[in-house]
Amino acid sequence: MVLGIFLTFVLFIVGLSFYLGRQTKTSSGYYAAGGQIHWFVNGIAFAGDYLSAASFLGICGMIATTGYDGFLYSIGFLAGWVVALFVIAEPLRRMGRYTFADAVDAPFQSRGIQLMAAISTLVVSLCYLVPQMVGAGVLVEPLLGLAHHWGVLMVGSIVIVIVATAGMASTTYVQFLKGGLLILFSAALVWAVCARGLSTHPGDNGEKPFYNHRVVSAEPGNPPRPADAGLAVVEEHRSKTGRFALVEETGQNSARRTWWRVDEKDNTLNLVEGECQVNGKEGQSLINGMPASADNKLRSVGNISRLMGQKEATTGPLSPVGILAALGHPETTVRTWKEVRFDSQAGDKVTAYFPVETPGSRLLRPGMKFKLEGTALERLDFASLMLALFLGTAALPHILIRYYTVPSPASARKSTLVAIGSIGLFYVLTLFMGLGAMTNGVLNPADSNMAAPLLAKSFGLFLFAVISAIAFATVLGTVSGLIVAASGAVAHDLADRFMKLQLPEKAKITLGKISALGIGAVGIALGILFKGMNVSFLVGLAFAVAASANLPAIVMILFWKRATAWGVIASIAMGMVSSLALILLSPDLYKLYGLDPLKAPVALANPGIISIPLGFLTLVVVSLLTKPVERHEHN
Amino acid sequence: MLHEPQVNPGKDPAAAYKSRVGVRLFCVYATFYLLFVAINLVQPALMEIVVVAGLNLAVLYGMLLIVSALVLALWYDRACRREEARHQNQTTGDR
Repeated sequence: MVLGIFLTFVLFIVGLSFYLGRQTKTSSGYYAAGGQIHWFVNGIAFAGDYLSAASFLGICGMIATTGYDGFLYSIGFLAGWVVALFVIAEPLRRMGRYTFADAVDAPFQSRGIQLMAAISTLVVSLCYLVPQMVGAGVLVEPLLGLAHHWGVLMVGSIVIVIVATAGMASTTYVQFLKGGLLILFSAALVWAVCARGLSTHPGDNGEKPFYNHRVVSAEPGNPPRPADAGLAVVEEHRSKTGRFALVEETGQNSARRTWWRVDEKDNTLNLVEGECQVNGKEGQSLINGMPASADNKLRSVGNISRLMGQKEATTGPLSPVGILAALGHPETTVRTWKEVRFDSQAGDKVTAYFPVETPGSRLLRPGMKFKLEGTALERLDFASLMLALFLGTAALPHILIRYYTVPSPASARKSTLVAIGSIGLFYVLTLFMGLGAMTNGVLNPADSNMAAPLLAKSFGLFLFAVISAIAFATVLGTVSGLIVAASGAVAHDLADRFMKLQLPEKAKITLGKISALGIGAVGIALGILFKGMNVSFLVGLAFAVAASANLPAIVMILFWKRATAWGVIASIAMGMVSSLALILLSPDLYKLYGLDPLKAPVALANPGIISIPLGFLTLVVVSLLTKPVERHEHN
Repeated sequence: MLHEPQVNPGKDPAAAYKSRVGVRLFCVYATFYLLFVAINLVQPALMEIVVVAGLNLAVLYGMLLIVSALVLALWYDRACRREEARHQNQTTGDR
């Protein structure tokens, strides 16, 4: 059934693209759907374009693992639309034709701006493309049983077909359908979560019963001696992250050895069972002490250990406010999971996951991911992320080009209004989907990105199939928009305007299609390379690059008459280079390179607080140092 | 398909008014957002305080930020439409 629903959806989308493709005969039709899309369709398509894998998979996953901190992304992503509506929407629609470069170049007619804005569009689109592709691979693995790289390859190929057939027209209707369905079925999933209520004994996910991880007391010693006669500690590992014991389970299965955490508190010693994956030097992989296989995977985790003061309780159906109140109750405790990595004495790579008893009141306030009570640098990092999310939306090229698909500036405004309503509703739903996944025993401890589809699976295969198909469409819709934006940068901004190739209409469309193919191929390669990173985190970085490179140029052109072409060029270059450099030298990327994150030259994970002001400052300084020329005014 | 005919934007006599209102509403929302970030940075424990119906300040403020974006957007659209209509009526009257 899962495969059937999924394939029907994909075939419908591809069929629609071919139908619309026959009607696309001009470059205006290809890049801006002829500027004739109805404002309501465009508004929902905005939602379909914007609610990417980061919103659906990433935010739900982050809320499921870090509570309220994931919801901060929802708040920041939505707040960005306020900037888009109040400051950017109408003037931008008035200034441009197809692309972001058209708009920033309109007052100056400068080839330098055309080149720099096209490069910035390409860079931001690629940064945004990576998390979408990672999301695609994550989805296809459990859905179709294919490896991550096949998922990425499949999404890349389908999107190239969608974009290459009809450009913006097919992209718009794919996004419209996907946006509408995503909001509808997310609401259905939240309704199901509320109807089920909360319980200290979450139901199984339809495959096997929920496993309650053991806590065994132990006698102190070197190594500690478990009170359970069937267990014996055979190795101990101590590091900054804690004490861990390799426990051999004797009795029924004497060969099974798993890693447990050693908790020492108030003169009592406890061994806490976790989930572990051990990769040996010869390439063998063990899951919880047994060879990894289709039947032996990491167990599903995440449950309430104490509900409003009771160790065993079930609430029955609750209202959305009731869910939040019960979870945030001072005497509610939720078992969240933390990853630990170390090398065993034999040199095997150990990745273990252990439960942490977290008070509900702590979960529903910021601070689990962002260390708000930590060092000044950690707090600065949080402020930096919130700034980038707020200012990033209005600078994303694939969002900006949607302003050219509507017939008038007033339609641009009205479609943004529809977008704010639908996107806002979806972001409210993410909190309930994330918390539902956190407490219903459905989480994969190794990958937070699948939280929402796995939550759906706990309500039956049909909802899982539909939600997974929509999640897949979510990736398709956003990737299509990104590839249209990037191919516009190559074929329209670079070839047509910067290089002045003077191609006939048909050749312009062909060039756009070839560009879509090339950009899609690069996106596929990067999606495979970045496997395993949280997609919301990656999108947060793309927002920082967009806000640093593009926003200073857009805002200053609109509100500062003294801005010059050289100022705009320098600001785009400075914003782009500084934000990318700060990201590439950050602790998270050092972790990806396999290096020690503590040795990263830049301590900040989010660059916005440095690179965005730097973009504005560069524009002001260079504009004041260069001679202003007469502007082509656009009202 | 749902299409509309494209119109030539031309000169918009309401543009200055719309821009002014937009910037003011942006400032209102930005202040509200900034206050949220500032509370988290300076007094994060404050976010744990239960305000109403068992909901703490963090949840309530977050939801309000989402809802207020829509309310301000509706307000902005109404102001823009009224100004556009006023200019439209003026143009019709001049004829």
